[in-house]
This record gives sequence, C-alpha cells and structure tokens, in this order.
Amino acid sequence: MKRTVSLFIPCFVDQLLPEVGVDTVKVLRRIGYEVDYPEDQTCCGQPAFNTGYWDEARPCAEHFVQVFKQADVVVCPSGSCVTMVRNFYPDLLAQSTLLGEALALASRTFELSEFLVKVAGVTQVGATFPHAVTYHASCHGLRELKLRDEPLQLLRQVKGLKLIEMARSEECCGFGGTFAIKFGDISAAMGTSKAESVAATGAEFVTAIDPSCLLHLQGILGKRQSSIRTIHLASILAQENRAPAGRVEERP
Amino acid sequence: MTQTAAQRFLQDAAVKSADLMHRDVILFNLKSYDAAHFRGRARIKDWEAARQKCQEIKREAINHLDRYLLQFEEKVVARGGHVFWASTSEEACAYVKNLATRLNVRTVVKSKSMVTEEIHLSPALEKAGIKVWETDLGEFIVQLREEAPYHIVTPAMHLNRGQIAKLFREKLDPKIDSDDPAYLMAVARRVLREAFFAAEMGISGANFLVADAGVIAISTNEGNGRLCTSVPRIHVVVTGIEKVIPRLEDLAVLWPVLATSGTGQGITTYSTLIGGPRQPGEADGPEEFHVVLVDNGRSQLLADAEQREVLHCIRCGACLNTCPVYRHVGGHAYGTTYPGPIGSVLTPHLNGLNEFKHLSYASSLCGACTSVCPVKIDLHHHLLQNRRNATTTGTAPPGERRMFRAWSHAMLHPRIYALGGWLMRKSLRIVYGLGLAGSILDPMRKWNRYRAPVPLPSESFRARWRKDHAAD
Repeated sequence: MKRTVSLFIPCFVDQLLPEVGVDTVKVLRRIGYEVDYPEDQTCCGQPAFNTGYWDEARPCAEHFVQVFKQADVVVCPSGSCVTMVRNFYPDLLAQSTLLGEALALASRTFELSEFLVKVAGVTQVGATFPHAVTYHASCHGLRELKLRDEPLQLLRQVKGLKLIEMARSEECCGFGGTFAIKFGDISAAMGTSKAESVAATGAEFVTAIDPSCLLHLQGILGKRQSSIRTIHLASILAQENRAPAGRVEERP
Repeated sequence: MTQTAAQRFLQDAAVKSADLMHRDVILFNLKSYDAAHFRGRARIKDWEAARQKCQEIKREAINHLDRYLLQFEEKVVARGGHVFWASTSEEACAYVKNLATRLNVRTVVKSKSMVTEEIHLSPALEKAGIKVWETDLGEFIVQLREEAPYHIVTPAMHLNRGQIAKLFREKLDPKIDSDDPAYLMAVARRVLREAFFAAEMGISGANFLVADAGVIAISTNEGNGRLCTSVPRIHVVVTGIEKVIPRLEDLAVLWPVLATSGTGQGITTYSTLIGGPRQPGEADGPEEFHVVLVDNGRSQLLADAEQREVLHCIRCGACLNTCPVYRHVGGHAYGTTYPGPIGSVLTPHLNGLNEFKHLSYASSLCGACTSVCPVKIDLHHHLLQNRRNATTTGTAPPGERRMFRAWSHAMLHPRIYALGGWLMRKSLRIVYGLGLAGSILDPMRKWNRYRAPVPLPSESFRARWRKDHAAD
C-alpha cells in the first residue's frame, strides 16, 4: 500500500507561487507517495505571530491543528512555515486545549527536503536540470530546522545541474515578513547585497527551500533587471529526465 | 516637532543602508573579523561544549546574583576597597562625581567601558569641570569626533585610516602627514601618555566580577587598562551587576570564549585581575579603590523569567558582527548605547518598551545572532517576545490590531480566504495592467518601491488542485 502525505501549502504559495505546490506534488508522487491536500487549510498564523499579535495568530494555529490532526505526515515546501508549526506553536498554544495535538503534529510536519532525505531516505529523485544554480540557505530552514546539507544533497543528485557556491550563502536575504514592509530600506539593502552575491557566481538560477526568500529575491533581481531567475528546490526536483516517460526510476 | 527614537532610526537607517561607501568599510572590517573568528573557534576543541559551559556559568551567577554580589563585596571591602550600589545611572554618576570633587580630581583617564556610556558618566564629570580622556584607541578616536562608540568592542570600526589621519590633523597636530596606522598610533600614544601621568583618577569597567576571589577581571589589547588602573592614585570600577561570576576557575573558559567571540583571538593580550587598593608592601597600585555596581533596570529584567538570560551577555559583540541589519545600517543608526541584536533586545528593558519597541521589529529574525552568541542567549526569540509585549502593553500602530483581527477571522473560513486571495490577485492585475504599480492606488506600493511586483497567477494552487481532482 502506498503511504500518503498531506500537503501543507502556505497561503502565499497557494496565492502567488502555485507552481511550487504543483511541483511538490510531482516530486512526492514520483518517489512513490500518495498526496492528499486538505482543502480547509489557510495560513499557519505566522504573519500575525511575528508582528506580535499572538492572540490573533492563535485561532489560525488552532485551525491548522484541526485541519491536519488526522494526517499521518505533513509535508510543506517552506522551511519558515514548518518552523512556525514546529518551533513556535508550542509557545503560542501553551495555554490551548489543543497543545497536545499541536506538539504531536509538530513532530509529524516536515519541510520538503527534510522529508525526502531524512524520512523517505531519498536523495536521487530522478530530476534533470542542465543549468548553473546557486543555493541560498534560507534562515528558518537553516537555523530553526537545522537543515544545512539536506537541500544540497538533493541538488547534487540532479542530472546536469552545476552547483556554484555563493559568498555568504547563509546570510539573510532581507525578507523577514512584515520587516520587508516596515523597514523597506534596510530589507532592500540586504536583498541587494544578496543579489550581488548571487550575481557574482555567474549562475543562471538561484534556488532555496523557502519561497518567501525567492519571492523577495525575484523582486530585487527584477528591479535590477537581472537575467538571473529564482526557482524553488521543488521545481528543480520536479524537472523530469527528457527520456521517454517510464524511464525515470521510481522508488516504491 | 521633535522626532521620536523610531522616526530617527528609520531616517538614519535609510541613509546608511543606501551609503555604499559605508557598507564597504564595514564589510572590509568584518571580513577580517569573520576569518579570525572562524579560525579562533577552530582552535577550541569543542566550541559547542564551551558555549554550553559559559551559559551554565552565567545562568548560575544570574540565578544567585544576590549571593555572589555580596560575596564579591565582602572580599573587596576586606582589602580596603569601597563598593557602592547604584540603583540608577544618576546615583552612579553622582557617586563618581562627588568622589572626584572631594579628592580634588582634575583629570580622569578611562579605559573602555560600555556601562559608563550607558550612564553618561563622561558628560556628568565634564560638567563638574573635570577633563576626561578616553584611552582605548578606538574610544579616543570617537571622543575626538564627539560621537558615540559605533560598536561595543571596536568603537571606531566605521572609519578608515584616511579619515582618522584627517581627524588627528584637525584635532591633535596640523603637521600630521601620513595615514600609516603605526604612525597614527604613535601620535595617539604620545598624547595619551601625558594624560596617564597627569590623571588623579582612573575609571575602568569590568568584564567579570569574580565572587569567590573578590576581584575584577579586565581584558584589553592595548595595555591602556593597566595604566588606567595602576598609575592614578584612585581607581574607580563602574560595572553592571550582571557581570559577576561564581569562581575564579570560570575564567578558564570565559576568557578564551570572550576573546574568540570578540576578536577571534585565543586570549586577549592583557588579562588583568584587580582586588583592591595597594596593599602594604606592594610597589604600585592606587591608594583608593571603588567599585560602583550599577543596576539601572537590570533587577527588573532579572524579574522577567522569560528574558532573564539576556543578563548573561558578556558584551563580546559577536551578534553585532554577524547581524545583516547591523552590517547595513551600522552602529550609530540605532541611537542606543548597545546597538545590534543585543541592543534591540536589551534597550526596551533599560530605556522603555514604548520608545524602543521599533528596534525589536527592525530585524528579519534570521537568527544569525543566536547562532553565534557564546552564552547562548536566544536573541531573536526575545525579539519576538518584545514584539508581543509591545502589542499588549505598549501602543501599537493605529489599526494594526484591527487589521490582524480581520485577517485572523478570514483565515478561519477557507472560502473567505480563497475569495479574498482571488480578489487581491484580480484587482492587482487590473492596477498593474493600467500601469499604476507603485502609485497611491497600489496596495503593494511599499513592496514595489524597492522590488519588482510579485507574480499574480490567474489560478491559485487550490483551484488547480480542485480542477485536477474534480473526477476523484
């Protein structure tokens, strides 16, 4: 019997970057999982929580727990939103009747690269992407979820992909949620420094495990009329071998 | 109308973050720090274990502050020293000023101390007609420029040697004709040497107060600390109450960890322990020895169980050096004694949450600070707690809570959320189609001022999923 994973597609991915969700589904199915998408999901509550409005964030978190509490395992293509569930729900829901369920759910919720490498035990997903790519280590994935090597392990197995390391790859891109709006000048200056590090590699693409960083970098690179494109890790992993269908190895 | 601290910060941060020359000087200086810090950490066999040990030492000290401070006081007094407990900065300044006046002090030499910056000691002494010399080279430079330290460890990090040569020419000697660092240092050294021998009082801070030995520990690289504390006839130590540590042997790990985090050194050049005035039979040392223990809001922080560990800070500056916000706005934009992540966490406690809550928001919460802190203070999570406290006990921006309340309600209803998302994309497409991106009609104008507009797909993920699974 195939195992089922439940997809957690963050609100801004749902609305602005749907292809990241579509590609996540493709990758999970290719390595042999059934994918389920609970349609009542909305937002994990992070925007309100990060701005200090914990009372407003709490109902969103409780809603999230209700929607996903039946799931065996939850997979999300965003390190930041997984951080919210795993690292911040315990504080946010400390007084909630759903705390127990939330803690249990937190231990079954994984970022995509984390799920592939650590849970499914797969680094070769049968992807081909013949391009020069540089990797930005998104803060929440790196420092909250401690995912340093997992995304790189996956990228190294992609056929044709040339991975180029950028300087200060672990420095923040400057997004930071409402920080990008409240402190636009600082956020943009940080984004510009990151864009310069990306450009210095000569790569065609910059990738990351957090779509919010990529959304920000896409905006900064776009404003500079740079030819460098942003692409989520899931979208690289979803690129199939050009060989006829069926040739791609599938794991049961 | 006078500007608030928040308005000033926004303005100064905007100027600095656009100043590419400033950024290049900072990045140049931090590049050598990064390399040294990395090498320094590699010298310690198990860096994580060292951090853990330092955290445990400081936690023990802070949790038993009452006991360790009294133990320290007892030892110092037994050697003929004086200990003054100052609950506010005014009390601390008044004590030092009255002492100086009583003992006819005309000139003071200071070694580097952030607590004296925090309580504004130098202006208080100068008001009483006392000449104050900063003797740390970086502090001396910023004193000549009449500005605050840019950084808590390297106060003149924002200047290059050309700027320093120009400053010395204007303030010290018009004949200065070189920007060679060794030459400039010799100029400062000559000036300061005279100050050391003229001064009746030396003021220092303390990196640690060692309870069981009853001594203060000072780490310096220029030797100025030793001159300040041994040449003048009076030595005054001004320090925060949180600097106490239980045992002398704790320095075995704290000294190398402080040096590694601060500058990448294995150990700081001069590590000095002082426990009182000159004792009978001793050849040198001051006649009088005073320790001013400054509270200034620290007890209140001690009472806050959630953030008490902020008092663990050993002021190494590592969080400033790694912080991408600090790297872009620089130390002065913060407008506080302690800039960078530790300053953003601490200042609301020392100077008021309402006036300084903006600093807790001026962070992308990237967590780089927490990852380098040698005493493992959970800095970026304390910023989140400050933000929460600001919305519940402070004055939030008007309408913000109402907006988040409405948003929260929408998120409990998937259909409203989906409809809202669709409407947003649709209306933005119309606005951008009319070429109005960035105009007053564009709700995303604050984003678009610095960035290209976000992509606006015609279908959301959920719509595509529903379509693909319609037959299920």
